[in-house]
Amino acid sequence: MADKRIYEIVVIIDPKSTEEETTTLTDNLKQIIETQGGSIVKSDDMGLRRMAYEINHRNEGRYWFFEIEGTGGEIAELERRMRVNEAIIRYMTIRVDLDRRRAAKLQEKRTRRSTTRSSNSSRSNDMPFKADDDANEMEEAA
Amino acid sequence: MADFENERDYRQEIEESVVQERAFRTGSRRMSRKKLCGLCREKVDIIDFKDVRMLQAFAPERGKIMPRRISSNCAIHQRMLAEAIKRARNIALLPYVTD
Repeated sequence: MADKRIYEIVVIIDPKSTEEETTTLTDNLKQIIETQGGSIVKSDDMGLRRMAYEINHRNEGRYWFFEIEGTGGEIAELERRMRVNEAIIRYMTIRVDLDRRRAAKLQEKRTRRSTTRSSNSSRSNDMPFKADDDANEMEEAA
Repeated sequence: MADFENERDYRQEIEESVVQERAFRTGSRRMSRKKLCGLCREKVDIIDFKDVRMLQAFAPERGKIMPRRISSNCAIHQRMLAEAIKRARNIALLPYVTD
C-alpha cells in the first residue's frame, strides 16, 4: 500500500454551462481530491472540442484533464460526485503509474543494449545478419 | 494541451512498411527483412490516448483499428495502441462507429 498511484482523469463538461460555472466546478473537483488526501500533479483545460459522437444530445464538450497522485480512495469519492453531477457529460479515470514504470523499464533496457553493442561492436551481436547475407550470396552463386 | 512537437507522419510510415513487406514477399532474394514495427523504430514506450492525430493514423476512415497484418506493428505496440484507441473512444475523442 505504500506506493503512490498516479491517475489521469478526463472530464467532459457541458458546454452550455457558463465560464464561471465550469471554473467553480473544476475548483470543486480539485478540492474534493485534496480533502480526500490526493494531490494534483497537473490540471489542464483542453478547451472546447467537437466530440466524435453525440452524448446527451451534445456535439461539443469542454474537456478538462487532471493528473492525480494518491492512494485510490479519493478516486472513488471523486467518481461518486461526478456521477451525480448533471453538468458532467462524461469522465474517465485511468491508472498510469504501472504503464509508466513499464515504459521506464523498456527505455532502460534499450540504453543498456545500445551501450553493450557499442562496446563490443562488430562482434557476436552482428553475426546473425552476417551469416544470413553470406548464405544468400552462396545460394545465388550456386 | 497535447504536445505535437515531435509529430510524425504515421500514415506515411505505414505505407512504407507495407511496400517493404510486399517487396519481401514477392522477394528478390537479397532483400533482407527490416524490423517492421514503426513504433518500435520510433522507440515509443507509451501511447497516449489523448494524442488523437497519432491514433487516427491507425484507425482510418471507418474508425476501425488497423489490423496488425496491415500496420505491421509488433504485438506489444499493437496491444498498447488498441488500448489507447479504446480509451479515446470512451471519451469521444475517436468514434465507435462512422456511417
